[in-house]
Amino acid sequence: MSASTTTATRRPLLLGAYAALVFAFIYLPIVVLVLYSFNRDGVGGFPPRHFTFDWYRQLFADSAIWDSVVNSLIVAAGAVVLSLTLGLLAALALDRADFPGKSLFRRLVLLPLILPGIITGLSMLMFAVFAGFQRSLTLVFFGHGTALISVATTELFAGLQKMDRGQEEASLDLGATPWRTFWLVTLPNLKLSLIAAGLLIFTLSMDEIAVTFFLIGNENTLPLEIWGRLRRGITPEINAISTLILVVSIILIAIWYHLRTRNRHD
Amino acid sequence: MYSRTYKFLATLPPILWVSLFLLLPYLMMFLHSFWAVHDGVIVHRWTFDNYATLFKNPVYVQVLFRTTRIAASVTLLSVLLGYPVAYFLSFHAGPRKEILYQLVIVPLWVSYLVRGYAWKTILGSDGVLNGFLQYLHITHGPVSALLYSPFAVVLMLMHIYTPFVFLPIYASLEHIPRPLVEASQDLGASPRKTFLRVILPLSLPGLLAGATFAFVLSLGDFLAPLLVGGPSGTMIANLVQSLFGAAYDWPLGAAISVFILVITVALLALTQRVEKHWSFE
Amino acid sequence: MTPAAPPIAASLAPGATALEVRAVSKRFGAREVLKTLSLEIIAGEFLTLLGESGSGKTTLLRLIAGFEQPTAGEIWMHGARLDTLPPYKRGVNTVFQHYALFPHLNVSENVAYGLQAAKTPKAEITMRVNDALAMVRMEEFAAAKPTRLSGGQQQRVALARALINRPELLLLDEPLSALDANLRKEMQSELKSLQREVGITFLFVTHDQEEAMALSDRIALLRNGALEQVASPREIYARPATAYAAQFIGHTNLLRADIRDGIADCGAFQFSCSRANGTAIFSLRPEAISLSADSLRIADPVRFSASIGQQIYSGATELLELQTATNLVLRARIASRAQLSASRDFVFSASDAVAVNE
Repeated sequence: MSASTTTATRRPLLLGAYAALVFAFIYLPIVVLVLYSFNRDGVGGFPPRHFTFDWYRQLFADSAIWDSVVNSLIVAAGAVVLSLTLGLLAALALDRADFPGKSLFRRLVLLPLILPGIITGLSMLMFAVFAGFQRSLTLVFFGHGTALISVATTELFAGLQKMDRGQEEASLDLGATPWRTFWLVTLPNLKLSLIAAGLLIFTLSMDEIAVTFFLIGNENTLPLEIWGRLRRGITPEINAISTLILVVSIILIAIWYHLRTRNRHD
Repeated sequence: MYSRTYKFLATLPPILWVSLFLLLPYLMMFLHSFWAVHDGVIVHRWTFDNYATLFKNPVYVQVLFRTTRIAASVTLLSVLLGYPVAYFLSFHAGPRKEILYQLVIVPLWVSYLVRGYAWKTILGSDGVLNGFLQYLHITHGPVSALLYSPFAVVLMLMHIYTPFVFLPIYASLEHIPRPLVEASQDLGASPRKTFLRVILPLSLPGLLAGATFAFVLSLGDFLAPLLVGGPSGTMIANLVQSLFGAAYDWPLGAAISVFILVITVALLALTQRVEKHWSFE
Repeated sequence: MTPAAPPIAASLAPGATALEVRAVSKRFGAREVLKTLSLEIIAGEFLTLLGESGSGKTTLLRLIAGFEQPTAGEIWMHGARLDTLPPYKRGVNTVFQHYALFPHLNVSENVAYGLQAAKTPKAEITMRVNDALAMVRMEEFAAAKPTRLSGGQQQRVALARALINRPELLLLDEPLSALDANLRKEMQSELKSLQREVGITFLFVTHDQEEAMALSDRIALLRNGALEQVASPREIYARPATAYAAQFIGHTNLLRADIRDGIADCGAFQFSCSRANGTAIFSLRPEAISLSADSLRIADPVRFSASIGQQIYSGATELLELQTATNLVLRARIASRAQLSASRDFVFSASDAVAVNE
């Protein structure tokens, strides 16, 4: 039977209008933000007059911001590598091995995702102080990489479950060692899960504030750089960088969506 | 099929790492909550005083209540916004369902900070909303009560968490087999009755999951108050932040953190059990 | 079936029209699934909509249930238009293909659902639920959740849930297709006696022609959205209207013949025929052909010789694949016997060759 049949033949107008209002609520602030990034006279007031690109020009000349972007990128890239590696091992362990404390491990790994970030951040700070680590970008990298392991684990575990075991068995049957099998069979099958997890970890790391707040040293990541400026006084330059972040996010979603629909056609 | 060395090699690194960099830190937080501060130095003397302070100090209690109120408001409002949209998309959106779904998801990917900042620029005395109201001559002067208040915090967090709440609700609504809806109508139940007796009960697991998530994360949020809360919008996480900063009382801060942690874990465990009890598969 | 439950009498006298489909068409986008179809359903009958997938049978059912709207045409019941009513206002109930039992309600609550929607008083609900469960022999499962039941049990609950509302018409959307073969046969006979017992008009959808023949008072054969033939099983089998009907229901041999001056010539044999000159197709059932030696007294015998290719044994009977000297291929079904020689004489009665439309 065709899946597009609906039992309700009349589209409820009230519900549709309400849904439209909710959409408006969700998008209004974003629209305002983008709009005012082109406003000469500041972030507030109404209506915005005097269209200008000046704030973007100022933004592109602002070296502190771009330094922080580079920092964020480095941390995010590192976090992706660290989380994916440990997450892959953890997913393999959860999928194939039995060990004491397995359920405790699974829950522990999930904690950073469900706890408010301040708790994880402070706990890591305590540990750092105790172990003699300085607050720094490196510490932030460790923090992100550790906290985001569960994102990788969840995604890769799901991917492992969906995988056809027969392929690995066939590989071993044909004489390949487990090591070879892992690289030639298991990993390629996990390609899409790895990419999805990687994208998600990257995005979460780029936007992370709560944990970063407590572990950062003198060099800022992008969110913290913006945060610092908010305290000093706000200009549409911040709107401009926000708009750029928005654009990049949308591009990333488009890529992810494209990958996902391609996967469905396989 | 997998040799013991293979399994061992896969298991050991993550366990070691997580124990060292996750378990140990949380443990330290836990331990600190039982210690005390004397003359600006942390003393390892075991005591429950910190927890007592949390519940006895009237300022802390007030903030605790305010935080709970804010978190509850955010949860309730997010559900009131998110559920109807999820329902509309799942049952009435037809072929545009997928695109609309993506549209709801997009804001989730936009930086938290960016969205919070947007509200800051909208609600301020010189903000967009005030400008708009004055432009239409609805008001004649800036309304300053919008920003730096619990109201602003609720508004901002509600904006953040509505898509969060939407996701699991939409998933559980999509999971409902359409023949059940048809069967309900076939047996004489109007669309309203069908919603109340079939759709709503079957979507409760998703609803519960989303609501818990929103509540727990709002409870421990410290950024929203800093951005738009002002002094009247302080939440417990801000107390923790200052205790680890200027106020320098790590044990007390740890105690409050542990308290938040316990509430979070307890709530999540509770909802998990309720979900399992209600699981219809 | 327990005879204790009183029959649920249909409010119409048997023989009256229960439902009328008037020139109904249904289009999904560019695809026309039903083409100006008209059908009359008689009160108290067991009517089966039979057809391949894509024939439109399920669409027609859903139109009557109210889950789809006709693109053109009307549906009438009880002298009033049915297709303008939403599904929850029609006096029609459905048994779904995968039962669609509510997983969050137990069996009693499922069965009581329709009565509760109609705001029936609690005492009456309890009584009628007990009767309904007794009728399908599921009393002991009253408090069980549907997920714990087997397919056959779920199906019975679905039946009880629908019938308890005393609908004018019960729609059944391939309800037995998910059951295994033995259970299917058992449920077929239960369904048939249940229908006789409650007297409600049943509209049954299936693609299985054996099932249709076993259960129905009448069969409506659908093909590509149009009615091929509507008749009782015996009528459809003995006198199929078209070649498609002849082949879909049971097995048959289709013979092309040239008719000239009252003789139909199939090459390998001829027989007298009262049709006008021209070409025609005849349907000849395999069981109509027998060995010449066995059949001494046949009316209007038509004899021919053929070589026997395969002999496919199936217990009581066997199927012979025959080829005549003119390379006409036929199949004959005869009572089983030991190995036959390569070539034999066969006979059939001319009255068994039924002219069919293309």
